[in-house]
Amino acid sequence: MASYGMLAEFASADELLEAARRTRAAGYRRIEAYSPFPVHGLVEALGPHRDRIPLLTLIGGILGGAGGYFMQWYSAVISFPINVGGRPAHSWPSFIPVTFELAVLGAALFAVGGMLVLNGLPTLYHPLFNVEAFELASRNRFYLCVRCSDARYDAVEVERHLESLDPLLVQEVPA
Amino acid sequence: MHDRKYDAGADDLDAFAQERRRVLKLMAAAAAMAGGACSGPPPEKIVPYVDTPEQSLPGKPLFYATATRLSGYGTGVLVEANEGRPTKVEGNPLHPASLGATDVFSQAAVLQLWDPARSQTPLRDGRVATWDEFLLDTENGLRELDASRGDGLFVLTGAVCSPTLQSQLEALHSRYPGMRWHQYDPLHRDNELRGSELAFGRAVDTRYSFDRARVVLSLDADVVSAAPHSVRYAHDLASLRRPHADRMSRLYALESFPGLIGARADHRVALPPADIERFAFRLGRDLGVAPAVVGDSPAPSFEKALVDDLLAAGAAALVLPGPAMPPRVHALVHAINHRLGGQGQTFEHTPPVAFKPVANVESIRTLADAMRAGRVRMLVILEGNPVYDAPADLEFAARLRTVARSVHLSAYADETSAYCRWHLPRVHEFEQWSDVRAFDGTASIVQPIIAPLYGGHSAHELLNVLLRSGAAAHDTVRGVWQRTFGNTDQDERWRTALRDGVIANTRAAAVTLAPELAESIFSNPPPPVDLAINFVADQSVRDGEFANNAWLQELPRSMSKLTWDNAAYVSPSTAARLKIASGDEVELRRAGRTVRAGVWVLPNHADDCVTVPLGYGRTRAGPVGDGIGFDAYRLRTLDAPWHGSVELIRTGAQRLLVTTQHHSRMEGRDLVRTATLAQFARNPQFATDEEIEKVPEHTLYPDRPYDGYKWGMAIDLNACIGCNACTIACQAENNIPVVGKEQVLRGREMHWIRVDRYFHDHDSGVDFQPVPCMHCEHAPCEEVCPVGATVHDSQGLNVQVYNRCVGTRFCSNNCPYKVRRFNFLQYVDRTQESLKALRNPDVTVRERGVMEKCSYCIQRIQRGRIEAERLGRKLRDGEVVTACQAACPAQAISFGDLNDPGSAVRAAKASPRNYALLAELNTRPRTTYLARVINPRPDDTEE
Amino acid sequence: MAKSVAPALEPTQPPARQTYASVSDRIADLVLKRRSRWPWFLGFTLALLCMLAFCVACAVLFWKGPGIWGVNIPVAWGYAIGNFVWWIGIGHAGTFISAILLLLRQHWRTSINRFAEAMTLFAAGIAGIFPVLHLGRPWFFYWLLPYPNVMELWPQWRSPLVWDIFAISTYLIVSLLFWYIGLIPDLATLRDRAKTRGRQIVYGLFALGWRGEARHWARHQSAYLLIAGLATPLVVSVHSVVSLDFAIGNTPGYHSTIFPPYFVAGALFSGFAMVLTLAIPLRHFFRLHDLITLQHLENAAKVLLATGWLVAYGYLCEIFMAYYSGDRFEMYVVKDRLAGPYAPVYWALLVCNVLVPQVLWWRKARRNVALLFVLSLVVNMGMWMERFLIVVSSLHRDFLPSSWGMFHPTGWDWTHLIGSIGTFALLFLLFVRFLPAISIYEIREQLHEQRKEGA
Repeated sequence: MASYGMLAEFASADELLEAARRTRAAGYRRIEAYSPFPVHGLVEALGPHRDRIPLLTLIGGILGGAGGYFMQWYSAVISFPINVGGRPAHSWPSFIPVTFELAVLGAALFAVGGMLVLNGLPTLYHPLFNVEAFELASRNRFYLCVRCSDARYDAVEVERHLESLDPLLVQEVPA
Repeated sequence: MHDRKYDAGADDLDAFAQERRRVLKLMAAAAAMAGGACSGPPPEKIVPYVDTPEQSLPGKPLFYATATRLSGYGTGVLVEANEGRPTKVEGNPLHPASLGATDVFSQAAVLQLWDPARSQTPLRDGRVATWDEFLLDTENGLRELDASRGDGLFVLTGAVCSPTLQSQLEALHSRYPGMRWHQYDPLHRDNELRGSELAFGRAVDTRYSFDRARVVLSLDADVVSAAPHSVRYAHDLASLRRPHADRMSRLYALESFPGLIGARADHRVALPPADIERFAFRLGRDLGVAPAVVGDSPAPSFEKALVDDLLAAGAAALVLPGPAMPPRVHALVHAINHRLGGQGQTFEHTPPVAFKPVANVESIRTLADAMRAGRVRMLVILEGNPVYDAPADLEFAARLRTVARSVHLSAYADETSAYCRWHLPRVHEFEQWSDVRAFDGTASIVQPIIAPLYGGHSAHELLNVLLRSGAAAHDTVRGVWQRTFGNTDQDERWRTALRDGVIANTRAAAVTLAPELAESIFSNPPPPVDLAINFVADQSVRDGEFANNAWLQELPRSMSKLTWDNAAYVSPSTAARLKIASGDEVELRRAGRTVRAGVWVLPNHADDCVTVPLGYGRTRAGPVGDGIGFDAYRLRTLDAPWHGSVELIRTGAQRLLVTTQHHSRMEGRDLVRTATLAQFARNPQFATDEEIEKVPEHTLYPDRPYDGYKWGMAIDLNACIGCNACTIACQAENNIPVVGKEQVLRGREMHWIRVDRYFHDHDSGVDFQPVPCMHCEHAPCEEVCPVGATVHDSQGLNVQVYNRCVGTRFCSNNCPYKVRRFNFLQYVDRTQESLKALRNPDVTVRERGVMEKCSYCIQRIQRGRIEAERLGRKLRDGEVVTACQAACPAQAISFGDLNDPGSAVRAAKASPRNYALLAELNTRPRTTYLARVINPRPDDTEE
Repeated sequence: MAKSVAPALEPTQPPARQTYASVSDRIADLVLKRRSRWPWFLGFTLALLCMLAFCVACAVLFWKGPGIWGVNIPVAWGYAIGNFVWWIGIGHAGTFISAILLLLRQHWRTSINRFAEAMTLFAAGIAGIFPVLHLGRPWFFYWLLPYPNVMELWPQWRSPLVWDIFAISTYLIVSLLFWYIGLIPDLATLRDRAKTRGRQIVYGLFALGWRGEARHWARHQSAYLLIAGLATPLVVSVHSVVSLDFAIGNTPGYHSTIFPPYFVAGALFSGFAMVLTLAIPLRHFFRLHDLITLQHLENAAKVLLATGWLVAYGYLCEIFMAYYSGDRFEMYVVKDRLAGPYAPVYWALLVCNVLVPQVLWWRKARRNVALLFVLSLVVNMGMWMERFLIVVSSLHRDFLPSSWGMFHPTGWDWTHLIGSIGTFALLFLLFVRFLPAISIYEIREQLHEQRKEGA
C-alpha cells in the first residue's frame, strides 16, 4: 500500500521514550523514533541495537598504522635504499611518528565512514520530509513512527494505539 | 641569431650608418660582442701542456701553459680550455713563481677575459671608431715625428719584463732617437731601487730563499700577498714552518697594517711607519752597521729577543724591507743582511729583471712636466691608468688633455682613455702572443688560448704600428727568441718553450756585491707624526686594475673580511681616541686635498695610523667597479707615495661597509687549536687529548662500510696563510655565482670554502681556518632533508642533488659548520652570453631556491675515475686534486683516498696534530685539521 | 514544557527561559534572519584587504624567491616557520575543548566548542600554508607527499618535516570530520528553518538528509565520542611533532627533550588566548551573553593561567637544563637570549606570557571582559614572540662564531604575518555568518538534562 507508516508527534523526550516503550510492548517491531537531540535509552526502547562503530574504528586504526609502517619500510629498505647520514635503511625509530598519525587517520576515517554508511546517509529524499510537521523534528518536537512494513501493521489499529499515547498529533506518512 | 648579433651593436649603428665600411666593421665587432662562444682558436700553432693529448676531444679539457702578469712580472699558469673556451686557471708546476699554485689574480683572470664590460672597439675622442682610422691618424703623426727624429714622441709603460717589448722599445728608440720612454706603476718599487743604489751604487734585484732562512724579520714587508713573488715566497716560507724541533723557522714581523706575514709571525708588533723606520735604525745600531740613533725603542722586549735570534742564526737570518720603507731603510737592511752573512744562502742579488728600471714617481713627474711644457707631440700609453693613479699633485688629467696626439691601449675604456684622443682595446693575456719574465728572471712565452673575443690588440702590435712593421705579434715574439735559441733545433725549442711554459736557463744569474753606506743617510731620523696615512695595494683590486672583477670584489679581505669596498682602517685604541667607529664616514685631509671614506676598526692595526687601500673610487672601471669605495690616490702626492701625515674629521654620516664575518673571536671554543713548538714537543697529542672523553666512541647505528674509494681532506692550519686563493679557485671551478654587496650584507654570500679569521683574545695573534664541507659520515644535514636531496654516495661523499632540492633549508640549520649556501634569489646570470662561455661545463649551474655546497670537486673525481677505468686501474694518489688544493700556495690542503695506505692525506691524518672540528657532535667529518704550532722564543713563553 | 519550572542553573548553562525552540531559533536566526551590521562589514573589509595583501606577497614570493624575506645563512628559517608554529599552536584549543573537555564531561564547553573548532580548522589550515611558502621551490612541494614522485624516489622518512606533513594533514582531516559530524544535526535544523529555496538546498545538501532517527543518533554519538578519543592523543602529537622539527636538529637551543610537552603547553596557552579573542567580540556583537556567559570566560581564563604556568616552567627548564648539561654551546644560547641582540624580545615575551597572566589569580580580573580581551591579545603576541625567538635566536649564533649572523625582517615578512591574520579573520567572519556558531543540538540536549536534574 502507498504509505510509509504512521507518525505520532510528542512534546518531550520523556513522552517519546514512554511512547516507544509502550509501542514495542504492544508488539510492534518496526518502530522509528525521531528527536532533535540524542535521547538516552531511546534506542534500547526501540529494540535490540548493536553498535558496530567501535569495531570499525579499531580496524581502521590497525590498517592505517600497519599500512603506514609498511609503506616506510618498503620504500626505505626495498624500493629505494639510500645511505642517509650513515643511518641504516631500516631506522625504525624514525618511522614511528608517521605510523602513529596514519593509525589515527585510518581510525577516524573508518569511524565517520562507518557512521554514514550504517546510517544510510546521505539520503537527500525521505518520505518523512513530505510531512509538514516533521520540520520540527530538528527543533523541538519528538516523533514516533510505526512502519507499515511491520508484520502487525494495520492503519486503524496503529492509529488507535498511537492516539492512546496522547501525542500532539497522529498522521499517516505517504510513501 | 644573426639579427640578435646585429642588434647587439645597433645603438651605435645610427651614428654613422651612412658609411658602409664602418658598418661592416661594426657588425664584425658586434659579432664578437655577441659572445666569445663564437670565437675560435688563435690562427697560429699553440701547444698544450706537457702530458695532455694534442687533439681536442669533445668534453675533455685541454691545458695550455702561458703566463699572467702582475706589475709587469709574470707568473706561469696552465689555462684549462673546454672546447677552446678558457674556463679555469691552474698554476704551472714548472714555473718558479708558481710551482703549481696561483694567487687570486690568476684565478680571476678568466673572469677578466670573459668580462662583457671589456672595451670592444677603438674610440676616437670617446666616439666609436675603427682600427684603420687609427692607423691612418697615426701615420700622419709618425710623419711629423720622422721629420723631428722622434722629438715629442713619448711612451709610457709600467715595468717592462717582456724581452719582446724590450727589443721593440729599443728598435723604436733607434728609429726615433728623440723619443722619451717613461715608466709608471702606482705600486712601484722606487724605494727598493733607490735603496740598492744607495747601498751598491747600482740597481739590483734581491731574491730571497725562505726555505733556508731560520729567523726572518719583516719590516712591513708582506712578501706573501699580492706581489709577483708572493706565491713562491709563500711556498718557501711554509716549507720551514712545519713543526720540527730543529727545522722550524721563527718569524718576526713589524707592520702598520695587519698583513698575512704578520698573521703567521711568532712575534709581531704593530707600529706606525715612522716607528718601524726608527726601529730599523736601532736594529742597524744593535747589529753594528749604523751609528747610534736617538730615541728609545718602540718595542724593547721584541727588539732584544730579535737581535739575539738574528745574531744566533747568522747566515740563516734574513731581514725584509717593505716596499713602502724609504730607500735608506732598504740600504740599511742590505747592510744588515750582508753583516749577518746570508748572501748566497738566504738571499742573492741579481741585475734587475725589468728592462732599465727607473724611479717611477720621478719618471711620471718629468712626463707631466714635458706635457706642461708642451713638448709632447705624441704620447703612447701602453699600460696603466695614470689619470686615475698618478700622484694627485701632478694634475695628470689636465696635462694629458693638452697633448695633441695621445693613444691609450687598455683593456677597459677607463679614466685615462677618456682624456686621450685614441683609446685602443687591449687583448687579454689569454688572447695574445707575448713573453714575460718572472720575478727571478725566468722567461715564459705567453701564448693565446683563444682568438681575441672583441678584436683588440697587444702592446707588441701597437709598437709594430709605430715601427711601421707589418709583422704579426707571433712572428715578432718568435723573432726575438730566434736570437736566443740560435738556429739549432729552433722549432723544437720553441715548441718546448710553449709546452712547458718556461724557457730553460733564463733565470737571472746572481752577482756578489758588498754594500757601502754613507753615514749621512742616518741623519735626521723620521719625525714623529700625529696621525700617519699608510697607502697599501688592495688585496683584491690591487691598484684598481681588477676593479671590475666581481669575483675579486666579493672576495672577503683576509683581515677585515670586508667585501665590495675599501675603508680607512684604524686600530681600536686610535678609533677610541678619535671617537670613531666602524661605518662612520670621515674626511681625510692632507696637502689641501680631501677624501671621504668609511672607517673600519681593525684589531692588530698600528695606533696613530690610518691605512687606506688603493684601487677604489673608480669612475670608469665598468659596471661592477664604478662608484664603490673611495679614491685614496687623491691623497697620494709626489712627496708621500706611501706614507705621510693626515687629518681625520668625522662627517657624522655613515658608510655601509659589508663583511662576511661579524664575529671575530673564538669565544673560548677550541676551533683552531694552537701550541708552541716546545709544548708540541712535550705533548704531540695536544690537539686531541682534552677532547677524548667528549667524543663518543660508540654509536647506536653500525658504521657504514666504504670499501671502494673513501675520500678525505686534511687542512694544515700551520701552513695556511689566509690568502683566499682556495676560495676564488673554488668559485671559478664550481660556477659559484656572485651575489653583490646588498646580498652579502644580508648574509647570503655563496663561497663554498670560506676562510674563517679569528683574532686572539689575549695576544695580537690571528688564526685562519679554511672551512669547506666536512663531508661528515654521520651527516646531520642528510638526516633532516625531507626529500633526500642530500645523501651519501658509495665513496662517502656528502652529495647535494640540486634537481631534487626543494629548498627547505633544514640542512643548513642542522649543519654545525654552516658550510651550506642557498640560492635565496636567482643569483646566476642567465642572460649574459660571455659569462655562459666562462662556466665549467662539468658543474651544474644552480637555480634559485636550491641549496649548494662544497662537493670535494666531485666532477674532478669522476673525470679521474673514468680515466682510470679506461686504463683499467685504480686512481693513484694525487691524480685527483681539488681546486682549492691546487691553488693553495702553502700546500695547506691535502686530499685523497683514505683507503689508500700510501696516500698523502692518510699521512697527514696520521699526524698527532690531526683533529676534527666539533668532534664532540659525533658527525665524523672527513675533513679534518692539523693543529697550529707556533715557534716563539722559548724564554718568552716558558716560565 | 514551557510551563515546567526550571531550577536555579549554574551560570555556564543556558538560563531557564530558554526552551528547545528558543535556543534553536536564536542560534539559527543568527545565520538565517539577522542582517549583518556595520561592525561585521567593517571587519570583513579590513580582513579582505589583509587577505589580498597576503596574496600579493605570495605572488611576489613565488616570482622572486625567499630572498624577499630577511632569511639568510645562518638564519635560514625566519617568520615563515615562526608563523607556522604559532598558527598550529592556536589551532590546538579547538580540538582540545571539543575532544578532551567532552571526554571530561565539561558541559560548559558546549557553547564554545563549535566556533573553537572552526578556529582550529582555519588556524591549522593557514599554518599548513607556511611550510609550503617557505620552500625555495614551492611548486615542488608535492615531493614531500608519500609516493615515489620523481624517479621512483620517496620522501625521506627520517626528516621531521615529513612527519609534519602527516601530523598536520591528519590533524586537519580529523578536526574537519569532527567539526562536520557535529554540524550535521544543526545543518538539518537550518535546512528545516530556512525560508528561501537556495538555502534549503545548500543546507539540505550538507545535512545529508539527517532526520534525527534514534539509531542514527546512537551511531552519531558513538562515532563522535570515538573521534574525540582519537583527537585527544592527536592534539598532543601534532605539536609534539612540530617541536621535533627543532628538537631533532643539533642546533643549540633546538636540541632539547623538553620541547614536545613545552610546545603542547604553549599551543594550549595560545589557543585559549585566541578562543577568548574570538569569543568576547562574538558574544558582544551577537548578544550571546546568556549562552557564552561570564562563567565560560572565567573558565577559559583559568585554563589560560594554568597553561601559562606550564609554559613558564618550560622557560625555566630550558635555562636550567642548559647549565645542568654543562654544554658550552647551550649555555651560550641562554646567555644570548638573556643579554644578546634579541634579548628585548625575550624579556618582552616573558612579560606577555608569564608576568601579565598572573592578574588572572584575581576573580575580578577573570570576570572583567575588557581586561580578558586585552590580555588574550597580549598572550597571542607573547606566544608569537616566543615562536620567533625559538626559530631565530637559536640559529643566529650556533657553533662557529665565524658564522654568526643576524636576522632582520623585511616588509614582506610582515606582510605575510599580518596577511595571514587577516585571512584567518576573514574565514571566521564568514563562518559566523553562514554556520551556527554554537552547537544547537548539544544546547538542546543540555536543556533536557537540566530538566531531568530539575525534575
